[in-house]
Amino acid sequence: MSELLEIEGLTKAYPGVVANDGVALRVRPGEVHALLGENGAGKSTLVKMIYGLVKPDSGTMQFQGAPYAPVDPRAARSAGVAMVFQHFSLFEALSVAENVALGMETPPPMRQLAAKIREISTEYGLPLDPARLVGDLSAGERQRVEIVRCLLQDPKLLIMDEPTSVLTPQEVDILFKTLRKLSAEGTAILYISHKLEEIRALCEAATILRGGKVVDHCNPREKSARELAELMVGAELKVTDRSTRKPGDVVLKVTNLSLPPMSQFGPALKEIGFELRAGEVLGIGGVAGNGQEELLATLSGERPSKHGTVQLLGADISALGPNARRGMGLLAAPEERLGHAAVPAMSLTENAILTGTTRKKLTQNGFVDQGAARAFAQDVITAFDVRTPGPHVAARALSGGNLQKFVIGREVLQAPEVLVVNQPTWGVDAAAAAAIRQALLDLAAQGAAVIAISQDLDELMEIADRFAALNEGRLSAPRPTKGLSIEEIGLMLGGAHGMQEAQI
Amino acid sequence: MTIGGIDIIGLTAMLMGASTPVLLAATGELVAEKSGVLNLGVEGMMIMGAVAGFAAAVATGNPVLGFVAGALAGALMALLFAFLTQIFLSNQVATGLALTLFGLGLSALIGKGYEGVRPPPTAKLDFGPLADIPVIGPILFSHDWIVYLSLLLVAVVWFVLRYTRAGLILRAVGESHDAAHALGYRVVAVRFAALGFGGALAGLGGAYLSLVRVPQWTEGMTAGAGWIALAIVVFASWRPWRVLLGAYMFGGITALQLQLQAAGYAIPVHILSMAPYVITIIVLVILSALHRHGVQAAPASLGKSFHASS
Repeated sequence: MSELLEIEGLTKAYPGVVANDGVALRVRPGEVHALLGENGAGKSTLVKMIYGLVKPDSGTMQFQGAPYAPVDPRAARSAGVAMVFQHFSLFEALSVAENVALGMETPPPMRQLAAKIREISTEYGLPLDPARLVGDLSAGERQRVEIVRCLLQDPKLLIMDEPTSVLTPQEVDILFKTLRKLSAEGTAILYISHKLEEIRALCEAATILRGGKVVDHCNPREKSARELAELMVGAELKVTDRSTRKPGDVVLKVTNLSLPPMSQFGPALKEIGFELRAGEVLGIGGVAGNGQEELLATLSGERPSKHGTVQLLGADISALGPNARRGMGLLAAPEERLGHAAVPAMSLTENAILTGTTRKKLTQNGFVDQGAARAFAQDVITAFDVRTPGPHVAARALSGGNLQKFVIGREVLQAPEVLVVNQPTWGVDAAAAAAIRQALLDLAAQGAAVIAISQDLDELMEIADRFAALNEGRLSAPRPTKGLSIEEIGLMLGGAHGMQEAQI
Repeated sequence: MTIGGIDIIGLTAMLMGASTPVLLAATGELVAEKSGVLNLGVEGMMIMGAVAGFAAAVATGNPVLGFVAGALAGALMALLFAFLTQIFLSNQVATGLALTLFGLGLSALIGKGYEGVRPPPTAKLDFGPLADIPVIGPILFSHDWIVYLSLLLVAVVWFVLRYTRAGLILRAVGESHDAAHALGYRVVAVRFAALGFGGALAGLGGAYLSLVRVPQWTEGMTAGAGWIALAIVVFASWRPWRVLLGAYMFGGITALQLQLQAAGYAIPVHILSMAPYVITIIVLVILSALHRHGVQAAPASLGKSFHASS
């Protein structure tokens, strides 16, 4: 069979880094082709070049046998290349139909378009109401908008950038059915993900990138997930050491916690209750935007809650702010590294002072003790292998994974009684993620209680003793992770958010 | 028709003229803000339009050329702003304030020789017998062409934003410039166009002040009209018809308080002069608080700098 897309020697350099170095890639019509690699391996740059968002420095591309060099995404779209973005390229304040129209070259009048959206979306098992505002849709539904927008253009090649990171297991099933149907109809799919089991289930070919270079082409079904991971990382993976721990007394008790939405499209927290024991890790799963941020904010003290709803070691702390809670041993590391967990423009030392001063005595009589602060920041850097020239470097200069290690390490080294983390390994490469997970497990082994909020179910299964699901602001009753199957977890996560099964 | 010493028909007719400068400026700013740019330089663009329009009309003896020059001057000021904020990524708030200060100063300099000069008059449109209809005639059919143009522009802006593809792209750019860029729209180009249009309307409004409303040139003659236009856009929740309402309310109360002063009511003149600003803002605040639940009024990317980093 002739190739649909043929890429040879594609190179793109940014100041200080070669993002793609002589990359070769072949995709056949109707093939589901996986693009694998760590963060920073160059996957995004490669697909941006195929989609016309970035111009390659050198190298050639051929599409359907003809030379192909799109100057912008419109050119790519008219050639038959469509892309579903990792961070959705949607407009929250516009309707579904308007969003779809924006992704088309010559959209039909709105009424016809709405009918067409209904037709295509039901045909592929992704029902959508064209009149609804995108801001009111769930993550799964938003992704459907993106996919339907692509399908309306009859693409020959569909690029999907980490499509499942925001979906529940049931939603992933529906997506896979749609993708298989597309592939059977002859549409090739270039699938970017770091979830190896998914790739082994879906894709028939894979290209693995490391440091901007292709390290292997293979059939992912013939390799184990572990082999694939080691190809990506280029080293052997460490398995987290999960020694047995005995849960102690209840340290944190949350009862009947409710909170109105913090932002316009955000969820409210509804009657959340759980108990957390010393030495255990409680994993809270769920698709982002179901109350994770809100829950972290009420636990860390950013948002005071009603009297008696949050109790630490028997004392009511519902009305206390973050510093008072830190003093009592409750620390938190929010999801957003830049701007929430750390101040981007300030040095690591200064960032260390911001949360560390209560427990580490980094200030004296209102004056900053520079020596102690620098020493503390240096401790974090050493203990967590943060790759940086030193504590004087601004937080924004660190890569995502390194800053995440710093942010988590800063809290862990303050010896908390209770640590709450949200998305501790989001956007972090495999080696750093393993180190962070190990640090959380070690902390629990020393007798602290840990709450890990994450979208990554595999991660929670790996570190958590008990698992609870957060869905539309409600928390399910925690269950022991031992013996919990992925289907059961899916049901706890609220299934497919009322999605219809794909009719294929 | 006279109530309490106030001529109601005359007042209503006067209202439309008095509102036109603010209406033009606010409509232009609405388009700029819908594209996601906060241009606080409306006052500066208006006064540059006022002085340029005045100078051109006096030099050529043709008021139409004056309006064209006013619009061009406003657009040039806006393009200067666009250049600084969209290409050099300067802070929009600071640049807008600087634009206002710059406009006020430069216009005073240019206008030095024009103080006390009378501009060529702008004729009222002749509607023939329509103008003789009682009540409606004097209110609706006794104005110059700019008044009707301003109303037409509100309708056109509303229609374009709501029903056309160009309007959809403009709103999309203002809603999320990153997403619009990822889809292949030229964010900076769209914003340049929106800013240029906004500046042209502000300049036209300024020229209307110096050529028709006053009509002569005095330093600082916009007297905060540009700021009111900015406030009207915000409190009108970025909707064209509410902008019209806000502008006419401001113009109406301005006209009313002048008549109240003339009729000799025992209300302190400072309170009367203050009334248009205070009442317009109070009413629009109440309106904007009542708007439909869950709909975010402001364009989500308003005031944020865009840089295509990919």
